[in-house]
Amino acid sequence: MTELDGQVAIVSGASRGIGEAIARSLSEAGCSVACVARDAARAAAVADTLESEGRGYACDVSDPAACADLVAAVDGELGPVDILVNNAGITRDNVLVRLKDEDWQTVMDTNLRGAFNTTRAVARGMMKRRAGRIINIASVVGLTGNRGQANYAASKAGLVGFSKSVALELASRGVLVNVVAPGFIETDMTSDLPEEARVALFERIPLGRLGRPEDVAGVVRFLAGPAAAYMTGQVLVVDGGMVMNG
Amino acid sequence: MSDAAAKVREIIANELGVEIEKVTDAASFVEDLGADSLDTVELVMAFEEEFSVEIPDEDAEKMQTVGDAIRYLAEHQD
Repeated sequence: MTELDGQVAIVSGASRGIGEAIARSLSEAGCSVACVARDAARAAAVADTLESEGRGYACDVSDPAACADLVAAVDGELGPVDILVNNAGITRDNVLVRLKDEDWQTVMDTNLRGAFNTTRAVARGMMKRRAGRIINIASVVGLTGNRGQANYAASKAGLVGFSKSVALELASRGVLVNVVAPGFIETDMTSDLPEEARVALFERIPLGRLGRPEDVAGVVRFLAGPAAAYMTGQVLVVDGGMVMNG
Repeated sequence: MSDAAAKVREIIANELGVEIEKVTDAASFVEDLGADSLDTVELVMAFEEEFSVEIPDEDAEKMQTVGDAIRYLAEHQD
């Protein structure tokens, strides 16, 4: 018996990195996990190797209709959704003056609009059941800003305002909404960062190491579980102490 | 009063936690029965479930009073 036995979770961006670690962690806690990614085969590859029941779903979260279909499919195949983790995120880094319209738009569409699409799709069911956990994965960059990431930082800061607003709206229905803001975590996404940026960030981490996807997943598991029953609208920073240093 | 109208009143009384006597045709969900915006969403969800209809948001927004709901559901029932 584990703390999330019999619950159903949707994790977006679950094919690798932080999302994959979250899917595994929720699965170890007893959840049936819907692993969502744009690529069906990669979503299935993670889903098929989970501890508990898992299923892969192909979905581009920037598409509202696809998100509604996703939630309906998960509801039919795994059961009503108890936990939604909006983790899907992309970067299109460049300095402001070189940032193209599409670099702005595509980052907003996936990182911010994607969370809106999936959250809206699960909200009615959660309201009706008077229970639900929504956990949005932002970034410390959304709190501090970062050179070359105006689009990404704006999308992640937007997630914080979105989450707090929805937390207020749904609190009376027992639906809790929180944010996890990871710092510098070793994933494919951060390996794209230029060496110069990596070194600059690394020097600012008091715990003296980069984060692991599991470091973030553990906090998500906590927010999904009974220990976090009295928390909503919060931003938990998981960054090895980096933001403390300004 | 038709059975359907009685059912609508009962749903409203239950969802909003008000006495059935207050659920008159002229009663406004928000002004008279104390519903907030989420309550009205849940009310519409309850109507959809009980009457097996899909109520589009633009129709739901026009449903302001008990009478509006009774009329709408009478017109849209199979």
